[in-house]
Amino acid sequence: MADALAAIARVPGLGMITIRADLSRAGDALAEATGLAIPDVAGITTDGSRSLGWMSPDELLLILPEAERADAQDALTQALMGDHGLVVDVSDARAVFDVTGPHAADIIAKLAPVDALALRQGQLRRTRVAQTAAAIWRIPGGFRVIGFRSTADYLGLILTNAALPGSQLAPR
Amino acid sequence: MTHTPPFRLPSGGRRIDRAYQLPFRFDGRHLRGLTGDTLASALLANGQMLMGRSFKYHRPRGPVASGAEEPNALLGLGQGGRFEPNQRATTTPLVAGMVTRSQNCWPSLDADVGAVNSFLSPFFPAGFYYKTFIHPRSFWKHLFEPIIRRSAGLGRAPTDADPDRYEQAYGFADTVVVGGGIAGLTAARDAAQAGGQVLVLEQDSLWGGRTPIDHKDGQAAIDALLSDLRGRPNVTLRRNTMATGLYDHGYLIAREALADHDPNQGIPRQRLWRIRAGHVVTATGALERPLAFACSDVPGVMLASAVRDFIAEYGVAPGQRIVVVTNNDDAYRTALAARAAGLDVPAIVDARPVADGDLPRAARDAGITVLTGTGIAKVKGGRHVAGVTLCDQSGEGRVTDSLDCDVVAMSGGWSPVVHLYSHCGGKLTWDKAQAMFRPDPDRPPLGADGKGNVTAVGAASGDLRCAGDLERAEGATQPVWVMPARAPYKLRSKMWLDYQNDVKVTDVELAAREGYASVEHAKRYTTLGMATDQGKLSNINGLAVLSDALNQPIAATGTTTFRPPYTPLTLATIAADAKGEAFQPLRKTPMHAWHEAHGASFEPVGQWRRPYSYPKGAEDRHMAVDREILAVRKGVGTLDASTLGKIVVKGPDAGRFLDMLYTNMMSTLPAGKCRYGLMCNENGFLMDDGVVARLSDDTWLCHTTTGGADRIHGHMEDWLQCEWWDWQVYTANLTEQYAQIAVAGPQARTLLERLGGSIDLSQAALPFMQWAEGDIAGIPARVFRISFSGELSYEIAVPAGRGLELWERLHEIGQDLGITPYGTEAMHVMRAEKGFIMIGDETDGTVIPQDLSLGWAISKKKADYIGKRAQRRLHMVDGKRWRLVGLESVDGQVLPDGAYAVAEGVNPNGQRNVQGRVTSSYHSPTLGRPIAMGLVRHGPERMGQVLDFPMPSGQVMQARIVDPVFYDKEGSRLNG
Repeated sequence: MADALAAIARVPGLGMITIRADLSRAGDALAEATGLAIPDVAGITTDGSRSLGWMSPDELLLILPEAERADAQDALTQALMGDHGLVVDVSDARAVFDVTGPHAADIIAKLAPVDALALRQGQLRRTRVAQTAAAIWRIPGGFRVIGFRSTADYLGLILTNAALPGSQLAPR
Repeated sequence: MTHTPPFRLPSGGRRIDRAYQLPFRFDGRHLRGLTGDTLASALLANGQMLMGRSFKYHRPRGPVASGAEEPNALLGLGQGGRFEPNQRATTTPLVAGMVTRSQNCWPSLDADVGAVNSFLSPFFPAGFYYKTFIHPRSFWKHLFEPIIRRSAGLGRAPTDADPDRYEQAYGFADTVVVGGGIAGLTAARDAAQAGGQVLVLEQDSLWGGRTPIDHKDGQAAIDALLSDLRGRPNVTLRRNTMATGLYDHGYLIAREALADHDPNQGIPRQRLWRIRAGHVVTATGALERPLAFACSDVPGVMLASAVRDFIAEYGVAPGQRIVVVTNNDDAYRTALAARAAGLDVPAIVDARPVADGDLPRAARDAGITVLTGTGIAKVKGGRHVAGVTLCDQSGEGRVTDSLDCDVVAMSGGWSPVVHLYSHCGGKLTWDKAQAMFRPDPDRPPLGADGKGNVTAVGAASGDLRCAGDLERAEGATQPVWVMPARAPYKLRSKMWLDYQNDVKVTDVELAAREGYASVEHAKRYTTLGMATDQGKLSNINGLAVLSDALNQPIAATGTTTFRPPYTPLTLATIAADAKGEAFQPLRKTPMHAWHEAHGASFEPVGQWRRPYSYPKGAEDRHMAVDREILAVRKGVGTLDASTLGKIVVKGPDAGRFLDMLYTNMMSTLPAGKCRYGLMCNENGFLMDDGVVARLSDDTWLCHTTTGGADRIHGHMEDWLQCEWWDWQVYTANLTEQYAQIAVAGPQARTLLERLGGSIDLSQAALPFMQWAEGDIAGIPARVFRISFSGELSYEIAVPAGRGLELWERLHEIGQDLGITPYGTEAMHVMRAEKGFIMIGDETDGTVIPQDLSLGWAISKKKADYIGKRAQRRLHMVDGKRWRLVGLESVDGQVLPDGAYAVAEGVNPNGQRNVQGRVTSSYHSPTLGRPIAMGLVRHGPERMGQVLDFPMPSGQVMQARIVDPVFYDKEGSRLNG
């Protein structure tokens, strides 16, 4: 039996903070608080440890090691002090999977209506995988997929199914 | 003449490998084919021309075509879960060990009882069923329909689950070329040179379409194009992939066969591609049309191109003496191919008065007799062609000659495959010179920019020459819709148009006489072009005959609508991975595994699974519900309330926003307090309810129903983004961030205090409808003093990742208090005992809060809220509305949920008038008797009256109108 098309691994230990604010006004303060550049539309910036994703015109998602979550949440709240904004912890609401390997793009192409090959480093797609909501972006060696905690089992199952050995998309 | 061997030619057949024989079974007989055969070629190579029976008359049927358009050779394939009906033998690759069977025949293909229909065919004209089975009316439902249904349908549906894997994939390309013949490959090369990603889809396992067969330099030209395309990084070539449907915005559906030939190799059997194409090029070729002459359906009458294909592709001789009948030059290729393969060609019967192009000349040079101006009067033979009689094509069918033969190779011209072009709105034009409907390049399907996004090329566009350097001259096709032209009724009634559905020329003429002037109506009335082949062969001939009968040009008749899929898709391919465990996302709370381990009987709530109850030992789920309720009422229980919606709403305008969303006042709620709120839609109808907690000066937490979590969040964002875009409010749906546990019962406080923590849970510090924040058992938590059971109750929200930990701690330390997990049904019964409404039970989208006596939760002070204006409409305030009451069963039986209370008289439809209905009904273990709630006209004003609830059995149940609060009216239990 051939190998699975990609390795599917659940990623524990990530903190996540939803930030809602007027990015044109609070962008600089948020960039300073997160230590990351504010991403462009449908983009994601990263320093290797932390990432900041564009979720909507007034919403960002900060992803960082869980240990840094509380301090970052305080810093962001401080940064928005006096401005209209919302900073909430959503670490527990999410399930995170890494899809890595030479055929990782095939897994994405089977599940999400996204041109996986054309998705560039630094782009973030809010979409669905099969029947559940997800966001997808490139990481070294593959893709990171985040979905909702309640559907973690489903996510793991469909990602694994899509990686069925021998089912690569390349024409045969 | 009889059908005689050898059926496999001594040489030739570019697809087959004579070194490898494949055994297979057909109707139980053991046969052998060759690697590369299709089922049809393998059967023909075994002398098996008879492959099925027609749908209506059960007439014997052999293959007519060699490709996807085949209407006759439909077989049942495989066994058990892999059984597939209606598989076209002409496109199904032969696999070693294949088990196949013929369809629509009983007891056997050779001796079919249903064939008696054929002798009775004069009694089964078009519309027979409609005319015969309409009277008396009641017979349709009870007598006719069940019998017709049993005898209807080709093939049998499989009964076992399909054991194979299927998958889907999304594709993207700037240009998608459908069809890998010479026109498609040329178009792909041109598109690739222009730049952008190019995807080429080919239905077959070989590239080239007809070109390698029909042109001496064809294979070389195809090979050259392929080699060019394979060297281009922006080109993807995908074989065995059938594009089945084209939709708006360049959305193309295609099915890739991955392991149809070997489903046991462990990869998906088929893959459904969902492709977004910038531009689609249809290079789908053309299909040859049959000719309509008497007895044209006898096995052995085949399309000329199919005869050529069986000889050239598979080295199979469909017969030893082949008469070619045609109205064009192309069919001469079949005569030449047959002759070159050493087969007899007694004559080419050409309907045209003159045939003197290159191909006719070559045929004459080869010594083949060409009979111009001639037609076939009738085919001789029953289960196999024995010969033909000939006549003058322009006459009435007087026999001039007769020829012995075992195959008739016919060609009525070619029709471009316009299906994909037509699926999403491309228009066709009638090309009179070529006698075909072809895509109108001026009216293509349009993209989002209003410009055409589909282009037809090659034969699919009506250009029947080979593209590029392989152009060749051919004489003009002469339209021949009936052979001979002035055939009398006797001959026309034997001319088959649709082989699968047994539609003849006279059936279409009858439809026209009876007023079915629209081609769409004529199709339904006669069944022309229905079922698995959707008229790929019959459509054009049929509508030409219809046009003739209506005395109008073909362009005025038009075509029926081309709808996807081009060829059938199996349901398994459409469902793909969405079966079994992956059928739907199943949402699980953080405590889901605990519930499973403790025997929970689950119920679906949206995509969640929530414990309905936790049966123990010999209990059924209902006995468990009773036990759980009593445990809560007497001690303490826990409910997993994690699925409740939790939406945080923050901002300077958040209070104002919530005042608009809820019927009551939320802006005045002090921080630290909770308030029950109702949410209505613009029509005033109740859509959700829940407890709102004010977290801080500018922040509220709104609880919604389980089913409302996403919907209400969307509702909020809709109003904020579309209507009140200048209000400063942000929302976030935190439903999944928290696990929430309801701890309810007189011992709730005792239990929680044992956990320790920073929160003072005493009545003084945390009274009813307040909340507090801190830690419990070392876990950060919010505790809400709210109650849906009427008992002393705390709902504790903790980060989802720690929900199970808290739940398990509670159960560890609460054993001596009788701690009991309770499910949704116990929750439902306890809230009904208290007269609390449930969204979805007491409401159904037509109920306003006033109906439920919830006026106390409607602010009189507010200038406005969503639904306020609607609630002032006459019908909402006229006093005739059904309103909430309790219902007490008179005879101690539980009323059925949904039962109607009748009133005097009948309505204009003759139905009994009604005056109310049961909305919730349970056995109350607390009270030891049934309880129910319902909506009754003038209900609250009619306390003590008895209502009648007739049952389907004829029994009439009775219930007395009472107060809806059955238990603890004073509310003293709330405080423990």
